[in-house]
Amino acid sequence: MDLLRFITCGSVDDGKSTLIGRLLYDSKSILADQLEAVERASKNKNDGEIDLALLTDGLRSEREQGITIDVAYRYFQTPVRKFIIVDAPGHIQYTRNMVTGASNCQLAIVLVDARNGVVEQTRRHSLIASMLGIPHLVVAVNKMDLVDYSEDVFSNICIQYAELAKKLDAKQVTFIPMSALNGDNVVDPSQNMSWYDGPTLLNYLETVELDHDVNLTDARFPVQYVIRPQTPDLHDYGGYAGKITSGIFRKGDAVTVLPSGETSTVEAIEFFEEVKDEAFAPMSVILHLADDIDISRGNLIVKSDSQPVVTQNIEAMLCWMDTKELKVGSKYTLQHGTFRARCVVRDIAYQLNVNTYEETEGVESIKLNDIARVVLKTSQPISFDPYTKNRVNGGAILIDETSNVTVGALMLT
Amino acid sequence: MKLDYLDQLESEAIHIMREVAGQFERPALLFSGGKDSITLVHLARKAFRPGKFPFPLVHIDTGHNFQEALDFRDWLAESLGEKLIVRYVEDTIREKKLKEPTGRNASRNALQTFTLLDTIEEFEFDACIGGARRDEEKARAKERVFSVRDEFGSWDPKRQRPELWDTYNGKIHKGENVRVFPISNWTELDVWNYIKRENISLPPIYFAHDRECLLRDGKLLATAGGVIQREEADELVTRRVRFRTVGDISCTAAVESNADTLEAVIAEIQATRISERGETRIDDQVSEAAMEDRKKGGYF
Ligand SMILES: Nc1nc2c(ncn2[C@@H]2O[C@H](COP(=O)(O)OP(=O)(O)OP(=O)(O)O)[C@@H](O)[C@H]2O)c(=O)[nH]1
Ligand SMILES: [Mg+2]
Repeated sequence: MDLLRFITCGSVDDGKSTLIGRLLYDSKSILADQLEAVERASKNKNDGEIDLALLTDGLRSEREQGITIDVAYRYFQTPVRKFIIVDAPGHIQYTRNMVTGASNCQLAIVLVDARNGVVEQTRRHSLIASMLGIPHLVVAVNKMDLVDYSEDVFSNICIQYAELAKKLDAKQVTFIPMSALNGDNVVDPSQNMSWYDGPTLLNYLETVELDHDVNLTDARFPVQYVIRPQTPDLHDYGGYAGKITSGIFRKGDAVTVLPSGETSTVEAIEFFEEVKDEAFAPMSVILHLADDIDISRGNLIVKSDSQPVVTQNIEAMLCWMDTKELKVGSKYTLQHGTFRARCVVRDIAYQLNVNTYEETEGVESIKLNDIARVVLKTSQPISFDPYTKNRVNGGAILIDETSNVTVGALMLT
Repeated sequence: MKLDYLDQLESEAIHIMREVAGQFERPALLFSGGKDSITLVHLARKAFRPGKFPFPLVHIDTGHNFQEALDFRDWLAESLGEKLIVRYVEDTIREKKLKEPTGRNASRNALQTFTLLDTIEEFEFDACIGGARRDEEKARAKERVFSVRDEFGSWDPKRQRPELWDTYNGKIHKGENVRVFPISNWTELDVWNYIKRENISLPPIYFAHDRECLLRDGKLLATAGGVIQREEADELVTRRVRFRTVGDISCTAAVESNADTLEAVIAEIQATRISERGETRIDDQVSEAAMEDRKKGGYF
């Protein structure tokens, strides 16, 4: 069965958590005791109406403040597909958590409050979703019950968003009018919007085409760990453990080890003490090469017919996630898959205005939640593909060298 | 070319375990004896064989475990030739002169945290792999795969590190440690389907058997080992039951069932309308945020 990971995002209070609650509730994916717990918690708050947002807002502070702080993961399944749902917070202060949640998703539902239309946080989250390479966007125009289910309101927001979407990289944008609170067009078709004849949200999630989202052309294998038991019976055994992040490897393939550039061929692909003729992304396997070369964690084994970029000078789009500012000259640890090196910021090419998507040059520093294009130099050569071509091998993080916290997300270009 | 969802989840878990091996000096796998940690051990074989595990199995024994689970634990470690470290809550209670909770539904679950933190200190573990799943509980649904804990083992839900793609940042200061959850994205049903597919052995108490129990507040509590004191209102019964989770006797209830094969267990779980914790855990019902609070206190 297929697995679809999707995120809900958009501005604070637009109804993301309620929508997920509704989706689970109407698809009968909530177990009786969990529902009871939510009903009990709702009684403490409102006038008895069940608050479906409590299904994902699980932290004490979230329940007290009625907002989402960190991403929650929920799991459900229909006869057609399995889903991993990521509920992101809308509040600007927690943008880093939205980035965390979005990074592994294939689809994003951007909620828009029908009364307010597109606002700054809609634009910010749409931009981040697009930068992170999420191919499918669903614009959920929510709270239609508060605008008399008006087709005009919906159409205007579609026009407004379509304008913005022109500047984004999303492959596909779909618009659905709904009421998360009442369930219109979430699982069941709305009785109040006969003018809408598109799919319900669940319909769409079950049928959206996902096949082309995995890169099977550029074979990449970051080495995680070298298995060398050195016991008497396995004296000469040596294998490279890792996950194929893209492409296909076959026995006999010519490969290059980066950054050294040494070449060899695939002698065997091993998985749990069995030998396979081929393996593809995202399988975790053990590779054996024909030649004895020095390979360690952080090296990248690639098929020689399609080579990534190997350089110490990189440019990238950056989401900055720390209160300490990033400046030219700042140094960080860069982690790209299993590879780590130190790096220094050489230049801030421009900052991207999250509202207008305009570029501002000559910026001195990058602040929390800013998006910018940066130029970096690494202490060791890094082997990567442009993010737009290969999501897994094109992303990297920046780690603060004193706090050890992840402070930046890089989409390499 | 496409991986089935179980293969995707498996590969993700193997990848996470290998990241632990690659990033840490002294990792450990916390082995509780339940199906989730048994699944972890199976995944570790897939990640590291024909090599040895780069970590010992560590069991924090509350002294209130089912004998069947302990026997299984010893058999598993022995048959795999892997190192098993056991530390006893009993010892911590004595050494630290801790007061044992008494009264209704008292359990050593909270005291377990002391022994866990002591064990982490004793061996200077920098990473502890655990079998928690996000579908189990609402606070767990929020935790990162690499969950950084301070010197007190404490989880700060408001200050979790960003975690992007499958890039895990395990950089920590001395004294801190990371709890790692390779099967974060698995559901209870995924675990059972995987156990079936991979033919993984489990302790017999996961399957239907006749057992003497106390019926208390609609829950069936095992009389085994004399851990749970009979109260006046409790009814002593013998029922055909199985365990949906296996933990400390004092906080895991049995469920009535005739399912004596994996197929039958899976069929029951598919049909159930009650969650795993809701049906079996006795310790979570105390407060709305019980799990979150325990995690802040250093719990698993
Ligand atoms: N009338 C109406 N109210 C809605 C609808 N959807 C959500 N709400 C209400 O809007 C408020 C905010 O809903 P949430 O689901 O918590 O919003 P959110 O987007 O998850 O908020 P954050 O996660 O904090 O950004 C709640 O009071 C909901 O009941 C809707 O379709 N119609
Ligand atoms: Mg929310």
